[in-house]
Amino acid sequence: MRILLYHLGNYFILLTKVFARPEKTKAYYRQFIQEVNNIGLNSMGIILIISLFMGSVITLQTAYNTESPFLPKYLIGLGCRDSMILELSSTMLALIMAGKVGSNIASELGTMRITEQIDALESMGINSASYLILPKIVASLFFFPLFTILSIIIGILGGWLSVAITGVISITDFNYGLQYGFNPFYITYTLIKSVIFGFIISSVSSYYGYTVEGGALEVGRASTKAVVYSSINVLLFNVLLTQLLMS
Amino acid sequence: MIRVEHLTKIFEDKLVLDDISCTFDKGKTNLIIGQSGSGKTVFLKTIVGLITPTQGDIFYCDTNFTQLNHIQQKEIRKKIGMLFQGAALFDSATVEENVMFPLHMFTDMSDKEKIEHVNFCLERVNVTGANDLFPSEISGGMKKRVGLARAIVLNPEYLFCDEPNSGLDPQTAILIDELIKDITDEFHTTTIVNTHDMNSVMGIGEKVIFIHQGKKAWEGNNKEILNSDNEALNKFVFANQMAQELRKARSIKK
Ligand SMILES: Nc1ncnc2c1ncn2[C@@H]1O[C@H](COP(=O)(O)OP(=O)(O)O)[C@@H](O)[C@H]1O
Ligand SMILES: [Mg+2]
Repeated sequence: MRILLYHLGNYFILLTKVFARPEKTKAYYRQFIQEVNNIGLNSMGIILIISLFMGSVITLQTAYNTESPFLPKYLIGLGCRDSMILELSSTMLALIMAGKVGSNIASELGTMRITEQIDALESMGINSASYLILPKIVASLFFFPLFTILSIIIGILGGWLSVAITGVISITDFNYGLQYGFNPFYITYTLIKSVIFGFIISSVSSYYGYTVEGGALEVGRASTKAVVYSSINVLLFNVLLTQLLMS
Repeated sequence: MIRVEHLTKIFEDKLVLDDISCTFDKGKTNLIIGQSGSGKTVFLKTIVGLITPTQGDIFYCDTNFTQLNHIQQKEIRKKIGMLFQGAALFDSATVEENVMFPLHMFTDMSDKEKIEHVNFCLERVNVTGANDLFPSEISGGMKKRVGLARAIVLNPEYLFCDEPNSGLDPQTAILIDELIKDITDEFHTTTIVNTHDMNSVMGIGEKVIFIHQGKKAWEGNNKEILNSDNEALNKFVFANQMAQELRKARSIKK
């Protein structure tokens, strides 16, 4: 319990440093462009692959488990659409991004810490926390919703393809289900979640990376912790936000 | 000039620096020497403000650095150039970008001016033709030199070097020492160098402070150091076999 409070306190202290007023915006802009690459563009491939498979498997599962004649066929398309929108493309995706982006951020910052690159920045009179972490957080806030939208589209495409290939139901039924009873608020809900998950993953991972002490071994540990605690927080906030937004 | 008064640093319950007072002169290479783990790095980082002292004051000229707020400390840090033990070059940036970095952050030079000045500094430390290489692609000695170029790119008043020649072959080590000495003379900086290398001490030790068990155990220069009767210092100075023989020979001559 004490260690939890300790980390929580230090985490918020770090955040106040991160959000201190930036001194030279142009320099931050360069960093931001780098993070767009690191966090944004480099994640596109994995998101495409994962979403495609999630969409197709959820479609096939629904199809094979609802073969009762009393259940309408459109449920399959609808199930694919809503599960992608509500959970898979935000929460599930965030968990995968915690693994990819989170460990990347933590090991990058951790290495900079133990090789004194962070000290070098500070010795020049630069707010290293803000200079290094803020661009990561901003890039994440920007890209995570984008990831989610992309993932929804690709996931539905995956479902559609699996139906087309296996012929488990007719494409017409599936298409009908995709359009059946669409609730636009679901999109808002999932985008809110993805922004918050983006913040959690980038800031929590930055915290564990930035505060590394020791050597290469500790960087590895920090990277693991970053993934674990980002994921736990994503799951926790998923429940909280769902209760808050859906009830 | 930098003046340190009653500086003490305790980590949790580990006393690393114990009531150290000394001055570092302008235009001189001031050396902090001591065994590995004696607290040299902590001392240097405390002077720069990377570590907060438990007690004591640090004066840059007559400004009490420890009592300044964050923003005022930053102003002083802009006059400091620091070379870290592992050079601390930014991995994701090329040699040129590394040296140019402080110019980006703190000057309004045009791109052309920046590049000219970067090349001037790189030539000053004898690194040419490596502008587009990454730190992982250059040797240890070269990294230190690039780190030194980055440290002097803003014409600092204060130059701090943490073990600038550790891990280098003796020849390269001497070159780096001479470079630091030359830069100090040329720009009239207040230079502080951490080292445990006796070659450096004899070569560039215009002022030497010996740290032992957290305390300042001796202070002098490279001419005086061989004749000191401080036991801990002698152990440090005459650590290797050859030096011990030399010492015996000297004492017989006396
Ligand atoms: N952040 C820290 N927390 C706790 N102890 C530290 C910390 N930094 C350094 N020390 C301790 O201070 C002592 C001096 O370290 P250091 O200044 O790196 O020695 P040197 O540079 O002379 O080799 C070491 O015993 C080290 O364990
Ligand atoms: Mg050291």
